[in-house]
Amino acid sequence: MYKPRIIARLDIKGPNVVKGIRYDGLRIMGKPQDLATRYYMQGADELIYIDTVASLYGRDNLTEIVQQAASEIFIPMTVGGGVRSVEDAVALLRSGADRVAVNTAAVKHPQLIKEIAAVLGSQGVVASLQIKSRSDNRWEIFVDNGREKTGIDAMDWLKQVEQLGAGEVLVTSVDRDGAGNGFEIDFIRQALQVVTIPIIAGGGAKVPADVVELISHTRCDAVAVASMLHYNRATITDIKEALTQNGIYATCH
Amino acid sequence: MSLKQQVTVIDYFAGNTYSVTKAFEHFDCQVDLVSQPNLIADSDILVLPGVGAFGDGMETLRQRRLIEPILAHVERGRPFLGICLGMQLLLGSSEELGVHDGLGIIPGKVRRLPDEPGSKVPHVGWAGLHIPEEQDSSYWKDTILRDVPVDRDMYFVHSFAAVPDHTEHIMSRTGFGTHWFCSSVRKGNVYGCQFHPEKSGPAGLQIIENFLRL
Repeated sequence: MYKPRIIARLDIKGPNVVKGIRYDGLRIMGKPQDLATRYYMQGADELIYIDTVASLYGRDNLTEIVQQAASEIFIPMTVGGGVRSVEDAVALLRSGADRVAVNTAAVKHPQLIKEIAAVLGSQGVVASLQIKSRSDNRWEIFVDNGREKTGIDAMDWLKQVEQLGAGEVLVTSVDRDGAGNGFEIDFIRQALQVVTIPIIAGGGAKVPADVVELISHTRCDAVAVASMLHYNRATITDIKEALTQNGIYATCH
Repeated sequence: MSLKQQVTVIDYFAGNTYSVTKAFEHFDCQVDLVSQPNLIADSDILVLPGVGAFGDGMETLRQRRLIEPILAHVERGRPFLGICLGMQLLLGSSEELGVHDGLGIIPGKVRRLPDEPGSKVPHVGWAGLHIPEEQDSSYWKDTILRDVPVDRDMYFVHSFAAVPDHTEHIMSRTGFGTHWFCSSVRKGNVYGCQFHPEKSGPAGLQIIENFLRL
């Protein structure tokens, strides 16, 4: 039965969860464990942790946050941000992560996806795509938290990460992240026709109706929400109720 | 629970044992991660987690001489819980990447989930547990699924599923496309969950607590 996963995304900077608009103007939203516990109690299907400044604080910060989460929160966790090697990935898995997300390092060194998949299995690797729409109706891949252009076409890269063994794709729209203008529905719809691996759509939801609209139009596998939850505009429960009211099954656990 | 229960989790390759350990510690258990045969032989409660391929899993158990103590534990009727690959290994054999013999505690095979339009393999996500249709509504009463509501969602990550020979060993079924697969097994005090109770929220924890109270 089709039940889209509703995922709470936590962007980490040092000891805090942060959120900006279009990856800019980061504001402190709270402590990772407090927010994660709140979303767990609301019925989140999964948590995504992305360290926005892993290079500054080193890996240990994220590892500790994940370990603490895995001690008290019993749902799957995807963790990324600054993952550069198989060793980084294994360390996160041993800390309680279920999947590791890779972006910048994989764009620079695509074989990293293959190498991590060989050790963790494909289901352990999430390719994180930061996309930005171009004027020619296509999308480009960005890295370094939406700061750096790559010139790579997003659909081409999507096909490549699937071939390299990524088990899932997390899409974040650089234009829409934190902006509250709704999801990049056209990209998600096309992406689902290009690859068969599951797609997590992220970036842009302001209210539960945005999630309903995305899922009604695309039937994507999962949705990642952040600002809506951090600013208390809606809870995970509200999102699931909105889905149910629109004839879409939501998980119950 | 007043007495601190001792739980032995088998650490037999680079799988993630952290979350399983934390879930049992949540119920104040003393968890020992072990990979030596003699320590498994002494265990009261045994847990076999596992991710990865069936053949590799069995080969590692064999190389580390863990099969005998696992079978001896089961023979004594002590509680045993296999999770994910740890459940599949309970069966007689698997067709994952060739044919491999399993522990043979529960007669049957492990087969790949069917590829159907709209159903992605590996099956990753939440799906509900159902009482097998040939059983009555009290079927879970004396099992680790007691008090778990029918169709309560659990978290799955797998491409293969158990096909037990005898329906009495099938504790629950779960829908996948138009197909139903066996999502948990039971034979006496031996239990296996295809889903991850340690990653299935409060309902998953309920199952772990029930297991501790066998």
